[in-house]
Amino acid sequence: MEIVNFTPFSALAGGALIGLSAFLLMLASGRIAGVSGILGGLLHPVPGERGWRIAFLIGLLLGPAAVGIAGGSVPAPSFQTGTLGMIAAGLLVGFGTRLGAGCTSGHGVCGLARLSRRSLAATLVFMIVAMTTVYVLRHIFGGS
Amino acid sequence: MSLRTRQAATPPSVGEKVKTNAVALVAGVLFGAGLTLSQMIDPAKVTGFLDLFGQWDPSLAFVMAAALAVTFLGYRLARIQGRPWLAPAFSMPTRKDLDFPLILGAVLFGLGWGLAGYCPGPAIAGLALAELPTLLFVVAMLAGMLLFHVALEERD
Repeated sequence: MEIVNFTPFSALAGGALIGLSAFLLMLASGRIAGVSGILGGLLHPVPGERGWRIAFLIGLLLGPAAVGIAGGSVPAPSFQTGTLGMIAAGLLVGFGTRLGAGCTSGHGVCGLARLSRRSLAATLVFMIVAMTTVYVLRHIFGGS
Repeated sequence: MSLRTRQAATPPSVGEKVKTNAVALVAGVLFGAGLTLSQMIDPAKVTGFLDLFGQWDPSLAFVMAAALAVTFLGYRLARIQGRPWLAPAFSMPTRKDLDFPLILGAVLFGLGWGLAGYCPGPAIAGLALAELPTLLFVVAMLAGMLLFHVALEERD
């Protein structure tokens, strides 16, 4: 193992902003800031439950512009897989996060902060599976 | 009588709804800004973390650690005031059991996350960067969620 591209300060600052977001949503509305849950909840809207979900997602979309306006740098994405890979990955992430009732934010941040056993189990499983997937793709099939 | 019934089920006022949506918007901006500042909206940054046995970038662990620390303290502060500002109660998940769907869901999510380097938050925020592969991922992700909803979710 060799450590590369490590950006500890922007990582801590960005993480703190995500934590503030989760804190604010709980303090004001009593809600968990889990992105897959907020998005998935729009697919079977409960009366009075739509507006805040849409508002949160619009805010999420405005995040990169907010960083740009504040003078921060907005990274350009580099993609890890082609068209079919993106579609397959999207289907897996969409179906999997709903079946498993959470993603990196809902289980990995909010759930762990509540000391939830389910979230700890889910986080360990998706971390290990994702690391194994990258290992297989890069070092077994990828030959690097 | 009718007055009592109405009061028992008082829907939130327009003002309360506006406040709830404004708070959610601000929370969304903070979340998206955090993902951008930490570069998590770049899938290469995420797979750099997931590649534990190659050239490893520990940044994502620092993002999660800081987010977790602030959320952990924040949730305790929120609890102290008894109820949220704009809602009658905290909406917390109540289940505690480890069941098969939880684990299978996490496995499927992990496969997709490792393949593309996108999880739901960065993918949505990443739409702002106007790249076609991100849009493909998000449309497929919505299709996957819809598939779950149609095929498996219990109706009530």
